[in-house]
Amino acid sequence: MDQFILQILNGLDKGSAYALIALGLTLIFGTLGVVNFAHGALFMLGAFVAVTMSKLLTLSHKVVDETRTDFLGNPLQVEVPYIYDWFGQATGDVIIDWAVPISIIAAIPVMIAIGFIMERGLIKHFYKRPHADQILVTFGLAIVIQEIVKYLYGANPIPTPAPSAFVGSFDFGVALGFDPNAIIYPYWRLVYFFFSIGIIAAVFAFLQFTTFGMVVRAGMADRETVGLLGIDIDKRFTIMFGIAAAVAGLAGVMYAPINSPNYHMGMDFLVLSFVVVVVGGMGSLPGAVAAGFLLGILESFASMSAVIDFLPGINQIIIYLVAIIILLTRPRGLMGRKGVMEE
Amino acid sequence: MLGLEKKDLRLLLIVIGLTMLAPFILNPFPEGSEMAQFNAGYPDLMQRFVIFGIFAIGFNILFGLTGYLSFGHAAFLGVGSYAAVWMFKLLSMNVLPAIILSVIIAGLFSLLIGFISLRRSGIYFSILTLAFAQMSFALAYSVLTPITGGETGLQLALDDPRIFGAAQTATGNIPVPALFGLEMRASYELALGNWLFTFNAGYYLAALFLILSFYLAIRIFRSPFGMMLRAIKSNQTRMSYTGLNSRPYTLAAFVISGMYAGLAGGLMASMDPLAGAERMQWTASGEVVLMTILGGAGTLIGPVLGAGMIKYFENIFSKINDTILHGWFAFLPDGLENFVVAIIHPFIGKGWHLTLGLVFMLVVIFLPGGLVQGGQKIAAMFRRKQPEDAKSKATEPAE
Repeated sequence: MDQFILQILNGLDKGSAYALIALGLTLIFGTLGVVNFAHGALFMLGAFVAVTMSKLLTLSHKVVDETRTDFLGNPLQVEVPYIYDWFGQATGDVIIDWAVPISIIAAIPVMIAIGFIMERGLIKHFYKRPHADQILVTFGLAIVIQEIVKYLYGANPIPTPAPSAFVGSFDFGVALGFDPNAIIYPYWRLVYFFFSIGIIAAVFAFLQFTTFGMVVRAGMADRETVGLLGIDIDKRFTIMFGIAAAVAGLAGVMYAPINSPNYHMGMDFLVLSFVVVVVGGMGSLPGAVAAGFLLGILESFASMSAVIDFLPGINQIIIYLVAIIILLTRPRGLMGRKGVMEE
Repeated sequence: MLGLEKKDLRLLLIVIGLTMLAPFILNPFPEGSEMAQFNAGYPDLMQRFVIFGIFAIGFNILFGLTGYLSFGHAAFLGVGSYAAVWMFKLLSMNVLPAIILSVIIAGLFSLLIGFISLRRSGIYFSILTLAFAQMSFALAYSVLTPITGGETGLQLALDDPRIFGAAQTATGNIPVPALFGLEMRASYELALGNWLFTFNAGYYLAALFLILSFYLAIRIFRSPFGMMLRAIKSNQTRMSYTGLNSRPYTLAAFVISGMYAGLAGGLMASMDPLAGAERMQWTASGEVVLMTILGGAGTLIGPVLGAGMIKYFENIFSKINDTILHGWFAFLPDGLENFVVAIIHPFIGKGWHLTLGLVFMLVVIFLPGGLVQGGQKIAAMFRRKQPEDAKSKATEPAE
């Protein structure tokens, strides 16, 4: 039983990342009808916003410390972050420690801006082209973004720690009445899960309860009629693209402490996220979220040692296997809408 | 001749000429000169040109004609490589049975995957092929280690059975792949003045296969079968309304292109007898898509050009470094020279993928027909008056 709960918990954080990326992909697909292969790159860019932020915060200058000497007897030079000068050492340390959550504030405008530039600069010209062309050009864009990041930050993963308040693990075993240490779960992953639930809820609330969201939903259902009513639907869709980019970016920012960001993490997630979107059903937002969590949890169940002993290698292929089965038995995915991408 | 129209025959002759004379054409710069690093006429690279050319020709039969975008084609190449290496291990070091088996195995494998994947079309087909290829990759990497060698890849060993051949050479080494005694790595070097040309047995074998593949591709493109595939691409719904079941045609195209990939994989293993799982990864599948689109999907010569371009620049671009750049721009004033070098720096050496990505995006945006279309546009500019119908026939890739 404790094993069971542990695996569900383990699946949640990966599932959250899948769900967030798939949500963004579906938003773009549902509104603009574009298959965006560069969405994984946006996730990766988000993670690198966190990296950049923690680098910026620790940007420092050299100060000669008169009280200490180095081994040659000269006064020691120490690196002092600028942030100490501004806020004092104690506050400065806290700010540096909280670099990842702080970068959320920076990531939202940055990612929305990147989304706007992408949509207006490139993707706008591909609405009337076939889906294959859209896939190909965004695939090319993903390579370009990835290589630029590789050029700027190098090929090695860059560790980006979570705030020290979240280091360590929560002992679910005690809380649920099992043995201590039976189910331990890192705090940060818990934070990640609740954070993504929050984002998902915010996106749904935005679409459901605001006038803007209503118009967007109407546009998803029938773009032409909304246009005939005198609403500039293209502009709203562009904003939705920005929001989708921000969702992917935030997923990346918060993922940085879980896995050290490297330039190809976007591609690794993208392939799986596409599978998630297709399993959930193209164009269905709840489907994307549900499929994201479902596949994340299935993946961690498949990596239980009892399952691997029984079916070796199943943990590597479970997601693809499920995708194949669902695609063949339920052509529209779990919750796909009728008439979306059916050829 | 050979059942070809005059235009196609000319194309075939050009390809024959290019491949046969490649050691000369690709070595335009004399040995030891500053430009010698741009020579591509060494066996390893030339082999890669033709092998990836074959791979891309096969991919084009599926994507260019039917419009089905497979994102998992590298799986067939990987399976072909494994099959070939197993033939070397079990039977003998003769490359012929290895290549034949790799084609057959890849064909069977693609029949299985195609049969399932082709139940869907559009993006679903792409995702299904991607899922199958990633599954094959993951399994080859982990569970199937006894068959595939896992992380280290499948390699030859001294204690392999090799029923029809020597398990080891007289000197106690692992024998090398050969065609009835002609070793694949055997080369004849011809020195002419300052130039050094290398004629490699493996290259010429692969080149012969390329010509054969190209000829077959022409025949397929011009056959009623090819016409049917193009009809599927332009409007599958209408095809079904006329009472035609398109599945057998797409499946046949899928299997043919899978066999091409298997041939490429078998040849790859014949040149260098090892096979690794990373050949099946989706990035490898993406590469063949890049090649085909870059050259021109749906055209005959395009994929070969695209494969050559990408493999050439992969090798040459990654060799250029800052020192060479400084040499080129030495004529500029110092400040300007450093500036120019700094601008170009991200695009060369390790950054060559950035260049590839940019070029690929530009091609997709401005030249959906690939380099072939670009060439035709330029040719049309020079040839002012051209009969309208002939032009549209030539420039339109199969819709």
